[in-house]
Amino acid sequence: MSSPAEPIERHTLSMLVDNEPGVLARIVGLFSGRGYNIDSLTVSEVSHDSKLSRITVVTTGAPPIIEQIKSQLDRLVPVHRVVDLTVVGKAVERELALIKVRGKGEIRQEALLIADSFRARTVDTTLESFVFEITGKPDKIDQFVSLLEPLGLVEVSRTGVAAIGRGPEGM
Amino acid sequence: MMREMTGAEMVMQALIDQGVEHMFGYPGGAVLPIYDAMFHQNQVRHVLVRHEQGAVHMAEGYARSSGKVGVVLVTSGPGATNAVTGLTDALLDSIPVVCITGQVPTHLIGSDAFQECDTVGITRPCTKHNYLVRDINDLARVLHEAFYVAQNGRPGPVVVDIPKDVQFARGIYVGPENIQHKTYQPRLKGDPEKVKAAVELLAKAKRPVFYTGGGVINSGPEASRLLREFARLSGYPVTSTLMGLGAYPASDRQWLGMLGMHGTYEANMAMHDCDVMVCVGARFDDRITGRVDAFSPNSKKIHIDIDPSSINKNIKIDIPIIGDVKHVLEDMLTMWRAMKAEPDRRAIASWWGEIDRWRARKSLSYVKSPDLIKPQYAIERLYEAVKEKDVYITTEVGQHQMWAAQHFHFEEPNRWMTSGGLGTMGYGLPAAIGAQVAHPDSLVIDIAGEASIQMCLQELSTALQFNLPVKIFVLNNEYMGMVRQWQDLLHGGRYSHSYSESLPDFVKLAEAYGGVGIRCHRPGDLDGAIQEMLNVDRPVLFDCLVDKMENVLPMIPSGKPHNEMIMPDHPEALDDAISEEGKMLV
Ligand SMILES: Cc1ncc(C[n+]2csc(CCOP(=O)(O)OP(=O)(O)O)c2C)c(N)n1
Ligand SMILES: [Mg+2]
Repeated sequence: MSSPAEPIERHTLSMLVDNEPGVLARIVGLFSGRGYNIDSLTVSEVSHDSKLSRITVVTTGAPPIIEQIKSQLDRLVPVHRVVDLTVVGKAVERELALIKVRGKGEIRQEALLIADSFRARTVDTTLESFVFEITGKPDKIDQFVSLLEPLGLVEVSRTGVAAIGRGPEGM
Repeated sequence: MMREMTGAEMVMQALIDQGVEHMFGYPGGAVLPIYDAMFHQNQVRHVLVRHEQGAVHMAEGYARSSGKVGVVLVTSGPGATNAVTGLTDALLDSIPVVCITGQVPTHLIGSDAFQECDTVGITRPCTKHNYLVRDINDLARVLHEAFYVAQNGRPGPVVVDIPKDVQFARGIYVGPENIQHKTYQPRLKGDPEKVKAAVELLAKAKRPVFYTGGGVINSGPEASRLLREFARLSGYPVTSTLMGLGAYPASDRQWLGMLGMHGTYEANMAMHDCDVMVCVGARFDDRITGRVDAFSPNSKKIHIDIDPSSINKNIKIDIPIIGDVKHVLEDMLTMWRAMKAEPDRRAIASWWGEIDRWRARKSLSYVKSPDLIKPQYAIERLYEAVKEKDVYITTEVGQHQMWAAQHFHFEEPNRWMTSGGLGTMGYGLPAAIGAQVAHPDSLVIDIAGEASIQMCLQELSTALQFNLPVKIFVLNNEYMGMVRQWQDLLHGGRYSHSYSESLPDFVKLAEAYGGVGIRCHRPGDLDGAIQEMLNVDRPVLFDCLVDKMENVLPMIPSGKPHNEMIMPDHPEALDDAISEEGKMLV
């Protein structure tokens, strides 16, 4: 039910799901089958005893599509709860990235300075490379990566967004 | 009840404990232990099909005509893949089916073993839910849970895939007592605030319409009763989708006929011009809405649905009520009475005046012929011959399906079974067999086309084997008529591969199976031939040769709004009815 005029929004959805085989395939299949976007996806067990996993999806779409996505997810049998963290209030969103840069001489100095100003840690060093570890909001990481780009960026590995609502309440 | 037994025995025990009386299946290596366990009991009767697609459609026909869950048993690999069409059909039409599939033993899973396929992977998008049971200790619970999930909330098909070693393994069986899904607990009662707002809006309406669908049928006979009561109390007009036919009696004055692409003029005009629309268990599907941005432009819309994802999916809703139709209608009626709601009699009378003028257009009329059987005429005569009987109707897919929906009239729910969402040719015969299994003494007729019937015709053999005297009434126009109609509409009448070439002699074919074949091609002989069919207590294939070139009218061409219908008095409008944009649609 989207009309081209409607603005595209970016939402972070968090859900609690049964930690059972196939649950991730069910969610990913729903997105691909119905033509929704996945910008980022993270999955991890919440606790071993509860047999629950938490899945965080960052998606984009017009508001009615976002509503559809939520109710489509919600009706999957192993999905317990879907929370739209973007609607609930400004959630804490963090992503971790490992970034490899290759270079010699001055370029190394430059890379270290940038890393320092982003509070990235150096987790591997050789005579001609660094691996930086950075945590932050996705756009901070985007920015960091783009600054390193001309300095010999080799590769990036990002975890995807983990998110949690602010305040004392759980989801 | 807790008892040690094998996985295969658990399957049978779980079926018995779930009250299953009939199942539809086909054996193979990966389900032999279950067939062996079946051999040792006589509570559940197994109907041996001829193709697994037929098994699922039979289960659907059984479920839709009886309100029970349809049960299917098939083997791994090709057994499971053959069932996929039926499962998808059941998903789109929200029919409760539990389908048990055999799987290769757990240690062979992933090795491309003989007759291995990734059944849960393949069926994930075409089931409401599915399970692969790797541990015998989960089996009984999963089976009971499957029945719970299939029936509760918006019904649908559930697959339980059981590896062969799990069928042999021994474990403790637990009964169905208290088994429901941990968290899957759909909401039945509507939000009282929304119910109140809806009733207030409805009571003030000047041009209201009830737009009802398959959800009324799925909610059970009580929902149909409440709908009738609400209609009587309010005096408002009622229309329905293809899926909802029978929930409201077609003989009633407030009945507008079916709506949508081939619905009546009065139903579609009422939808277009109404000021308050109450959608009861329907989903604003594209066959109903036509062009969405021109759909019922001036109405406030109330939508009752058990599935929140149906709300606002295609059409923006003003008052959504999430809940089971029966519960919500009950609460609405209570509220209506408590409020002493008084409809605006004058406005409603003038609304009916307008509707009656639309009715007077007689949008279902057609030109009779003295020497050709018009397909509409054939349905009319069939209806006249059986309307006093205890009759269940199924259909295949095509023009005949639409003519059946238009010209056969239903007074009660659960009497009409057609593949609405998926539009599966081949549905009707197995669905009729399933309905006949559920109602052995009733008359069950599959209204078919000569092309569709050939898709699952082998099930005639099943009907013979189990003494199920289904009647197949073929409107034989020697064309995939619906395809030909669209080729008229979109492709300049170039009938590319829509002629039913090399048709079998249906009479001889019926006889070859051991059934009865009847052929009729003259209007004057039709009543007698139908009577002959009804007098036979065995399966009959009735080859009714009809006008080859008739088209289904009225019609809302795709991409057009409701008030731009092509009417039978101007059929030539079909030729260039669809815009370039509309051609992209189906
Ligand atoms: C399995 C399947 N394949 C193809 C179609 C597309 N299709 C829709 S109607 C139709 C023709 C049906 O012909 P027939 O059964 O003779 O019915 P008629 O329209 O002539 O009444 C076809 C091919 C379909 N609905 N289902
Ligand atoms: Mg035909």
